[in-house]
Amino acid sequence: VRIDATQSISSSRRTFLRTVTGAAAFPGLRSLAGADRPKKTVVVTFGGGARDDETFMPDGQENIPHLLNELIPQATFFSQVVNRGILGHYVATASIVTGVYETFNNFAPVPPDNPTVFEYFRKDGKRPATDCWVVAPSNGFARIGESNHRAYGPGFGAGVILPKRLLTAALAGGDRERYQHLLRDNYETPLYAPPLTGTQLELNRMAEVLKLSVDDFAAHARSLASPDEMSVFVARQLMRQLAPSLLWVTLHDIDVAHSGTFSLYIEGIQRCDRLCAELWQAIQKDPEYANKTTMFILPDFGRDSDIDSGGNGFQHHRTGDQLSRTTWMMVLGPGVRQNVVVDRPVESIDLIPTLGSLLGFDARLSRGKPIAEVA
Amino acid sequence: VLPSQLVARSFEGYPPQARQIAANHIALLKRLPLGFLPLLLRELIGYDWKFPAERREMDGQLAYLTSLGPEQLAKAMEVFSHLRLAPALEKTDWVNSPSIFTEQLTAHLWSTHQIDAFRAGAVAYIEKSSAALPRQELPAHRLGIAVIGQGVHDNQYRLFRKLRPHGEYYTRVKAANGLATLLDVLKKRAASYPMPYGHWYIDGSTSAPPIAEGATSISYASLSGPRAVLQTRMRKFYEATVFDPEAFRSGMAQIQPEEIGLDAARDPVLARFQLSLLTEGSGTQVFATTFVQWAAREVWRRAQPLTVFARFGQRQRENPMNVLLAEAHRPPELDPQGSLIDADMSAYYTWVNQQRLAGAEKAAFLVWFEDHQEAIVTGPEFRQGKQSDVSTDLRDLVALIASAK
Repeated sequence: VRIDATQSISSSRRTFLRTVTGAAAFPGLRSLAGADRPKKTVVVTFGGGARDDETFMPDGQENIPHLLNELIPQATFFSQVVNRGILGHYVATASIVTGVYETFNNFAPVPPDNPTVFEYFRKDGKRPATDCWVVAPSNGFARIGESNHRAYGPGFGAGVILPKRLLTAALAGGDRERYQHLLRDNYETPLYAPPLTGTQLELNRMAEVLKLSVDDFAAHARSLASPDEMSVFVARQLMRQLAPSLLWVTLHDIDVAHSGTFSLYIEGIQRCDRLCAELWQAIQKDPEYANKTTMFILPDFGRDSDIDSGGNGFQHHRTGDQLSRTTWMMVLGPGVRQNVVVDRPVESIDLIPTLGSLLGFDARLSRGKPIAEVA
Repeated sequence: VLPSQLVARSFEGYPPQARQIAANHIALLKRLPLGFLPLLLRELIGYDWKFPAERREMDGQLAYLTSLGPEQLAKAMEVFSHLRLAPALEKTDWVNSPSIFTEQLTAHLWSTHQIDAFRAGAVAYIEKSSAALPRQELPAHRLGIAVIGQGVHDNQYRLFRKLRPHGEYYTRVKAANGLATLLDVLKKRAASYPMPYGHWYIDGSTSAPPIAEGATSISYASLSGPRAVLQTRMRKFYEATVFDPEAFRSGMAQIQPEEIGLDAARDPVLARFQLSLLTEGSGTQVFATTFVQWAAREVWRRAQPLTVFARFGQRQRENPMNVLLAEAHRPPELDPQGSLIDADMSAYYTWVNQQRLAGAEKAAFLVWFEDHQEAIVTGPEFRQGKQSDVSTDLRDLVALIASAK
């Protein structure tokens, strides 16, 4: 039953993409030639998956015009990405980052148990600390850049920037009222909202890294519409100033769905759609990144179906049903086949070994397998 | 404590009726595995405040389990008996705090990758125990009514997109006094088929709800006092230096109706139900549209009534949680268009939850875009996936859904 349900989801996505974008089935395996190997990688994950009903189904396509019309025609699209782990956003993102289904408490401020992609990348490649960064939506993700694994851990991780915390620190003197829309919280429990306690020291350090004064950061933030917009702004600033080889951005606006407000959930999807396209455009315009960057976009998992009586439709991801476990991934960049669909199932933990093949590190403790179509 | 060590005194902390039922079934309870029993007790401990339909189901479930011979019971409990439980779980006070145990068990099952097996076992168990329940004839077909879009003048959103395949879409509905017309249906059904908690009016508008004689009424506006008390408590959690989600949940679960100003003396069952909407629902404390959707879902699921009338109003605009929780201290800015989209999806979910109940094949459901000409109706008398552009009086639609067989 599980296989049938999962394949049905995959088949619907494939059919729809073939209709809308003319995407073809993947023609066969081929390894990337040396010249095609990316020099830089950007990964975008959606915290708070978007269901097919609101994206790839006919009624949903109006919400993702940029993904459908601009990105998918340039991408290899994996229609069946299964997450067999815990469906909580921090622990699920940590599982993608380590390539192992992590089992810690989703709401605990703990590092992953297994080495992260950033540690593999930096240790094997002898990369400096400035070469990989994470931009994450809330304090709950503060420890995602570095595991507590004995063979890796401290000193080998990525820098983690939490834009909301920076903004809080920048507004320490007051004036929070005008920025309330950027300090919105995570709704994963009725009231899960880690305290935003940015420090001036941290802010000053970030201002130095981003080459952006506190005043300029606050002034620019005022023109942004949501936390995800702020995350993408920070990511682009990092690209301009440090040009990291590995950049990981997690978007989270969609997760407003936990409040039960369908219209806000839809707005979150539409914003993610636009921000992904903007990020890809920024990559193409930046000489440090253009034509040498691979971008991966994937939700961390899905959301509950309308039909499962144990859930409440789009609001949560608690049932563990196939719709909440099965999502998709698109890959764009030099050497990646364009406008093709891969039907076979892959797992979200396969991403890290795939990056290992592309970037030349050994994700030796990962439980996933390299995805041959893009590795 | 293990199930086999239970005695009647173990349940002294339970309310009177629940205690008596536990004592009457002590031999059965001792034979149930720890991976299952606390889940049953979580339902049993609230027996005194359950709706009649829930009590009937609990009685039926216990009768079903009692009827099983040793081998049959072992087979029915097979999945739950084979769960690998953490020793710490056995040490919790699962008899008196089965909800906390259940929450910890759920986390354990997720982290040990046993949740899928548990889920499959639970679905199979519910199917079998439900099938053993004696079928109860309904005095009339079930009817759901949803009114959406209060205060929206112009709308570009394509309404009823989820419901259209299941019903007939009317584009030219004449609806003078539409709200009164629909409320009259509720009143007449409540008078014709009187039954405790059998007819409900759920209101999410900002004004005081109309009186729906004979029906059980709940509303977002009339719960503003309890919501304000609850919001103050939630804000304290939110503003604490360290936020502990588990402590937050436990704290919410332990709140008594009287503590937030609910009148438990007048109707303890309804007071407990309202408390559960506000403490167990996500978003129900701050968004009127979410409150109505969740309330309608829970009413169908738990009370299993004949009639549900859900009127969706306008929710406050999105803001950071601390601002949302300060609703009582400032007049919230409202979002009519967003509320319409929320309510459109919520009406679909209200229909889905109606369809889960016995008698779904005869049930009728109507959604009306308040003060506009659009409506959709589902039921055996109506065509599925069809559109009617003929001028139609709402009273004629009401006559059809009220008389549907």
